Amino acid sequence: MPAESVFRALGPADQTVQIEFEGASLSVPAGVSLAAALLLSGVTHTRESAVSGRPGAPFCMMGVCFECLVEVDGQANCQACLLPVRAGMRVLRQRGAREFLADGHAEEGADE
Amino acid sequence: MQKTDVLVIGGGLVGLSIAYGLALLGRQVSVLDEGDDAFRAARGNFGLLWVQGKGYGMSPYAQWSREAVALWPRFAASLQADSGIDVHLRQPGGFQLCLSEQEMAEESRRLLWLREAMDGGYPFELLEADQLRARLPGVGPTVVGGCYSPMDGHVNPLKLLRALYAACQARGVRIVNGQRVRAIGQRASGFELDAGEQRWHAGQLVLAAGLGNRELGAQLGMDVPVSPNRGQILVTERLKPFLHYPTTYVRQTDEGTVQLGDSHESAGFDDGTSSDVMADIARRAVQCFPRLAEVRLIRAWGALRVLSADGFPIYEASRDCPGAVVVSCHSGVTLAAIHALRLAPWIGGDYDEPGVAAFGLQRFSRNHEVRHAG
Repeated sequence: MPAESVFRALGPADQTVQIEFEGASLSVPAGVSLAAALLLSGVTHTRESAVSGRPGAPFCMMGVCFECLVEVDGQANCQACLLPVRAGMRVLRQRGAREFLADGHAEEGADE
Repeated sequence: MQKTDVLVIGGGLVGLSIAYGLALLGRQVSVLDEGDDAFRAARGNFGLLWVQGKGYGMSPYAQWSREAVALWPRFAASLQADSGIDVHLRQPGGFQLCLSEQEMAEESRRLLWLREAMDGGYPFELLEADQLRARLPGVGPTVVGGCYSPMDGHVNPLKLLRALYAACQARGVRIVNGQRVRAIGQRASGFELDAGEQRWHAGQLVLAAGLGNRELGAQLGMDVPVSPNRGQILVTERLKPFLHYPTTYVRQTDEGTVQLGDSHESAGFDDGTSSDVMADIARRAVQCFPRLAEVRLIRAWGALRVLSADGFPIYEASRDCPGAVVVSCHSGVTLAAIHALRLAPWIGGDYDEPGVAAFGLQRFSRNHEVRHAG
């Protein structure tokens, strides 16, 4: 059971930007990390572990724990705590391991 | 004074495998391990159970490695029963990818020598580039071919270390961390040691301290010729399973990350990383599987292999210090099963073990004499 978030902004944001998380539009402070933006928006579940499926959310906020992995604009396994938030970002939960085909043929075939 | 029947110096894969094997025989065993600042090959390891190509020029090592991997399923099951930890043993065979005609010729020559030395009982296949690509999707166009052997496999080496630790404790082994052995003295009743702030008495002593065996062996009058050989490893982000066999340069782990490695350097006791070697490792991995170029690396480390003067293991029961045994090797994963299930009973004196005869220290002095004679 996730505890209630204790993550709070120090004060009101001067500027905000719009991002998208799991298809929903969020208005978040400009100039913060994507992880901070998601936590400030009340998002408590940003990934599902590739090993166990366990839900996770930003934790260390300094690039070490990999709990904050998200997919950003189609790029899998991004560390949200290391990315500055940017207007128009389309963010999805990182669900398990990144899709990967060593030969890539299936993907190329699908585009033809 | 702390007392124990058998004292193992070294809490890595080698020391813990032997401690576990002795505990399975009902022996009272303690393990002395250094602190986290020690050189720890067991924590930097690639995780291969590798047979193909090993023992070139020394067929008893090829035989020993083969017998080791045959014992692995029983060993893994025993660890799981005692620790509850699945070490993710997989033995689907393994591939050596060859990046030049020269490398292919050299690998072929070694494998053919080994097959001959093992009287034909040495399964492998030499694969042309297109045969290799049919077996391993995603292999790059400049890979000239490869060797496959069904003898090879892999395991999660960190889970192995954890499982050994837990299984040893479950079997009553006392593991004491943070105690560097300073001095060993021989007594009529066994051995007395100064380790950290403790004094120990042991009836029997097993030196399994990796690179530390040189110094510890010297205290007992033995010349143990081991030296560090650095390997660096890169680790990628987690990917869906795409590589279902271990290869010598690239291995996908059970948890999705891909390890890239197999560098060899003489860097003394520096276990760090260097950008030129990391770049070479990455380049070679991309040559093997070009789509890895799109994948992110998340971690890198260096670790020191424990290499003997001829590259083969050392198993020495000292004649001058009865009860002292030296164990050194660089394949602590591959050999873990045979260290627990056959070497430990030999150390414990329960069984004769003809398999170890070729691995004594005597071979080094013999080579020395030959060099002087020549």
